[in-house]
Amino acid sequence: MTPVLELADVAARYRGARADVVSDVSLAVRPGESLALVGESGAGKTTLLRLLLGLARPTAGTVRFDGVPLALRDRQQMRRFRRSVQCVFQDPYSSLDPRRRVGPIVAEPLRSLGLDTRAGAAPKVAAALEAVGLPADAAERYPHEFSGGQRQRIAIARATVCEPRVLLADEPVSALDVTTRVKVVDLLAELKRERGLTLVMVSHDLSVVASLCERTAVLEQGRVVEQGDTARVLGAPAHAYTRRLIDSVPRLPT
Amino acid sequence: MTLLDVHGLTVRTADGRPLVSNLSFTVAGGERLGLIGESGSGKSLTTLAVLGLLPEGMSATGSVVLAGTQILGAREKELTAVRGRDAAVVFQEPLTALDPLMRVGRQVAGPLARRTGLKGGRLRAATLDALAQVRLPDPERIARAFPHEISGGQRQRVALAAALACEPALLIADEPTTALDVSVQAEMLGLIDTLVREREMAVLFVSHDLAVVAKVTDRILVMKDGRAVEEGTVRDVVVAPRQEYTRNLVASARTLESALDLRSAP
Repeated sequence: MTPVLELADVAARYRGARADVVSDVSLAVRPGESLALVGESGAGKTTLLRLLLGLARPTAGTVRFDGVPLALRDRQQMRRFRRSVQCVFQDPYSSLDPRRRVGPIVAEPLRSLGLDTRAGAAPKVAAALEAVGLPADAAERYPHEFSGGQRQRIAIARATVCEPRVLLADEPVSALDVTTRVKVVDLLAELKRERGLTLVMVSHDLSVVASLCERTAVLEQGRVVEQGDTARVLGAPAHAYTRRLIDSVPRLPT
Repeated sequence: MTLLDVHGLTVRTADGRPLVSNLSFTVAGGERLGLIGESGSGKSLTTLAVLGLLPEGMSATGSVVLAGTQILGAREKELTAVRGRDAAVVFQEPLTALDPLMRVGRQVAGPLARRTGLKGGRLRAATLDALAQVRLPDPERIARAFPHEISGGQRQRVALAAALACEPALLIADEPTTALDVSVQAEMLGLIDTLVREREMAVLFVSHDLAVVAKVTDRILVMKDGRAVEEGTVRDVVVAPRQEYTRNLVASARTLESALDLRSAP
C-alpha cells in the first residue's frame, strides 16, 4: 500500500546553522499504522513533524504525500493535503484563539478549505464536538471556560472536523493531568478505531506511545536509531539508546 | 523529632476563596514525604507557605512550624534566617529559578559562603566541590557558564547544588524533574535519593507523578482541591488506596503503565 506520508532521506537545518537538526531520516506512514516519534528534547521530533506537515522544507531528501512529492506551491495538492492531514499541538492553552467562540474555532478548517459555508458547517461542528465528548452548547462558549483536557478535546474536534485521514499530534497529552491524560488517550484510540484515523504522534511518554501506536521510530540527535513494530521496539530494543529510554521510565511499586 | 509541623493550614486568595483548606501533616527529621495531586490541588502553594513565600495578596491561617519557628506571620528577618538553614527548595523550572545574568558558580557560592563563611580560594574550591557532588561534568567549566549555556538537566543539578550548599534540614523539591527528559529525570531522582540519604536530610517532594514520588519518598499525602484526601506509606497508597480519588489516580497511572507492559511483552 502506498504510504500516506513518507520521508525519504530527509535532512533539515535551521537557517544559518552549520549542522543539520535531522539527517538521513526515512519514515513511512501507512494507512491504519499509527506511528510514534520518540526521543528526548532536541532529538528532532518536532522538526520531523513540521516537515510532515509541510510547515518546513527539507534541505535534502523528499517528503511524499500519497506517493507524490509534496510541492508547497502546488495549491491544488496542498488543498488535498490539508484536507487529509490535520494536527493537534501540545499546549491546549496556546493553540486556541482566546477571542473566538469554540464553534468558529472548530469550523476553521472547513472555512479555510472552502468546504462549507457558515450555515453548512454547523451540523459538522456539532458532530465533531459530540465525537470528542463535549456538550452541544460548547460551540457558543469561549476556550477559557474549559479545562485543559476539554481544550485538548476542542483542538481534536477542530482537527477531525474535515475528516482527515491522518492526524499529526505533537505531545497531545503531556500537558494534561494523569486522569485526564487517560481519557484523551482513550478518545484518540476511539477515533482510530471508528474513523480509521492514522496517528503520527510525537511523544516522550512511552506508555502513551504503547497505548496508541502500532509503529515506533526512536530518534537520537536528529537520526532514527531504530524503527519497527512498537511491540518489538519497546519489548526487544535493539539499540542501547532505546533501552536506556525504557529503563528510565519510573514505575509504580507493585 | 518533628521538623515540620503543618497544622490546619488554610490559604486564601485576596477575595477570600480558599485554595488550601485545613491541611495538616508533619515531617520528622530525615523523613521523606511526597505531596501528590493534580493541577490546582494546592500542593505547590503548600510548599510556598512552608517557606513564607506566598504570593502577594494571599493569606494563610493555621500554623506552620519549621524547626521551632512559626512561619505564618513571621517577620522577613526571621524568615531569612530560616530559609536555607532549615529548608531550601528546588523548583520545577531551573531556567527561571537561576539568575540568568549571573555565572552558575557564583549562584552556588552565595549560599555556601553564607553558611560556611569561606572566602576567596577556599570558597572557590568548595563551590567546585559542590558542583562535583551533583555529578556535573567538568565543574570548572560549568562554574564559569551562564545558565543559558548549559542544558536543562545541568541547570537543575546546579539548582540542587545551590539548595544543598545550605545543608538544610529539609529539602523541598517542587516538581524538580517534570521539565526534564525521562533519562535525565531518572539520573536526577537517583541523585536526590543518594545525596539526601548521605546527609540524613528530610524531604518534602511535590509531584503530580505517582511513580516519581514513589521513587524518593517513604510516605505520600494525596491532595485534591486544597484538601488532604489520603495519607500513608508509599506502598499502602499505591497498592491499596482507600479513597476513591486515590484509587482513580492509581488506576489511571496503572492503565498507562500496563500499555507499556502489554506492548512490550516479547
